[in-house]
Amino acid sequence: MVYLAALAILLVSAFWRLDPLSFSVVHRLGLTNFQILWRESVYRKIAVRTVGISAGVTITDVLLAFPLAYYAARLAGSRLKAAILLSVTLPLWSSYLVRIYAWRLILDRQGLVNWTLHKLHLASVDISFTNWAIWIAFTYLWLPFVFFPIYASLERIPGSFLEASSDMGAKWPMTLRRVILPLALPGIVAGSIFSFSLTLGDYITPTTVGNTQFIGNVVYNNVLGVASNQPFGAAFALVPVAVMAIYLLAARRVGAFEAL
Amino acid sequence: MARPTPDTEQRTPPPERARLQAAVRLEGVHKRFGDVTAVDGVTLDVRQGEFFSMLGPSGSGKTTCLRMIAGFETPTSGTVLLLGRDVTRLAPYDRDVNTVFQDYALFPHMTVGQNVEYGLRVKGVAPEERRGRAAEALRMVRLEGFERRKPSQLSGGQRQRVALARALVNQPAVVLLDEPLGALDLKLRQQMQIELKAIQQRIGLTFIYVTHDQEEALTMSDRLAVMNAGRIEQVGTPAEVYEKPSTGFVAGFVGVSNTLSGDAAREVTGSSATITVRPEKIRMLERDERPGDGECSVTGHVRDVVYLGANTRYTVDLDPGGELVVLQQNLARSSMEALEVRGKRVRLAWDRLHSRTLARSEEGTGPPGPGEEGT
Ligand SMILES: Nc1ncnc2c1ncn2[C@@H]1O[C@H](COP(=O)(O)OP(=O)(O)O)[C@@H](O)[C@H]1O
Ligand SMILES: [Mg+2]
Repeated sequence: MVYLAALAILLVSAFWRLDPLSFSVVHRLGLTNFQILWRESVYRKIAVRTVGISAGVTITDVLLAFPLAYYAARLAGSRLKAAILLSVTLPLWSSYLVRIYAWRLILDRQGLVNWTLHKLHLASVDISFTNWAIWIAFTYLWLPFVFFPIYASLERIPGSFLEASSDMGAKWPMTLRRVILPLALPGIVAGSIFSFSLTLGDYITPTTVGNTQFIGNVVYNNVLGVASNQPFGAAFALVPVAVMAIYLLAARRVGAFEAL
Repeated sequence: MARPTPDTEQRTPPPERARLQAAVRLEGVHKRFGDVTAVDGVTLDVRQGEFFSMLGPSGSGKTTCLRMIAGFETPTSGTVLLLGRDVTRLAPYDRDVNTVFQDYALFPHMTVGQNVEYGLRVKGVAPEERRGRAAEALRMVRLEGFERRKPSQLSGGQRQRVALARALVNQPAVVLLDEPLGALDLKLRQQMQIELKAIQQRIGLTFIYVTHDQEEALTMSDRLAVMNAGRIEQVGTPAEVYEKPSTGFVAGFVGVSNTLSGDAAREVTGSSATITVRPEKIRMLERDERPGDGECSVTGHVRDVVYLGANTRYTVDLDPGGELVVLQQNLARSSMEALEVRGKRVRLAWDRLHSRTLARSEEGTGPPGPGEEGT
């Protein structure tokens, strides 16, 4: 309840505005904040970057998690399965900050990646403090959250469904498309909601591993930090909320929740 | 898709040869899972258009046989022939066979119509034809108009019918059914037995039906194979298997076991070879009645009486040792009269033609042949 009330205040305060002279909040509803968001290319860029990287991370995680989860759930023997499940949970064993700093070191110009490339007599790459570094770090961070829902949904498919499909003439790609994917879709959507929303809302990794701002950084600066324009921060915070709402509606349209 | 389908290949031989060709032939098929031998040398012919059952206790290898015909398992050794073609190593999607699974395996994300159309759809049949044939198959199982329902909205019996329609719509050379009625309650099961048999006769497809229920196998089958410990004990018509069981196992598993051996057998037949006789073939003689010509007889005490309404079942301890179960119709007898017989001395008699001497194959003295009767 308290949480919902806080959300409501956030929603309302996004339509207030800060008086530019007195720096006090004017409690009158208006669209000033959203006009600024739309007009200022800096904010547009930050929003597009945040949503774009979130989408990229989500797609990468699903593409990595699905084959791995399929292998673990349906093909691997019990010992190999246990090993896969254990190694997927590895990112969860250390604290968030430790993991981010680890990635910062790995991707650093003199870090592990380039050291390895150097030993292999390959050209070094310079991706530290770029969007690529953010993308890699997020993909790693959220992989367990994408893997496990997909794994659970694949594990739940009875073997007889796959046998029935092949019994009726379908080869594996057809069975994948018409039986496995539709039945795994709720798991895929659940996992992607995790990685998408966790990336959308993050404001530590972008400035630590990368050198850019996410929506979260702007919100932080305005609500708690130096910029101190609480209504504007609230308005910007609504962007990820709106994006998530659109995403969930789209997922429902494709029937992701029907098999639940 | 350019490859000739099994369908066209089947139709090339002249009709009479095609009919003589076995729908399914297993030749010396073995299947081992690690140290477990699930199927231990099965040789079997299933004729085209027949309702063939595989009957046996749980773990006797029935399902494994069926799965090797469907292509879900590959035999450790031996050959599987489908209409004369060696399919031992073909994948399920390359075999002209469809299975009705015990758990039905209906796809929950598809409607009934989409489930039934699935086989035609993956084979690239045009949508109109698909819909027509699916409707036809659903009509056959008395579920017309159910196309748009989801499997979750159906009762157990209805799901079972959808699973059947989904197999029939492909018009396969053989339909495999693995205890398809196992999940249904008794009343529905009996109703479905009649219906399944009627459908099979109407469309003339070959059915191979796995069950552990002897009554089901006897009432539905044209022929059946009795399986035990991965081997076939006997193959024959229900009457042959019931009345002339060729091994003690068959006699015991199909109907009530009534076997006499040793002294009891010698007293009755003059030889110590084991014999069997069905409970309903035995008469209980009246006090002064003598056994007729061609009848054999034995005396004993009635140990137990169970009144079953239309019938009464007596268990008789025989004087020379052993026991016989006797089933008598309650023609003019009340339950009181029937129960009074308990503890009394009785003389039992039956026509010699109804007792059968068993082969001694069932325990270790070499594998029983496939037991094919010479008919
Ligand atoms: N996939 C398998 N792995 C190991 N053992 C199996 C497997 N399938 C069947 N078996 C064993 O083979 C034997 C025959 O099983 P099955 O064919 O299912 O018998 P039925 O259908 O007559 O009950 C059983 O002992 C069973 O435990
Ligand atoms: Mg079985």
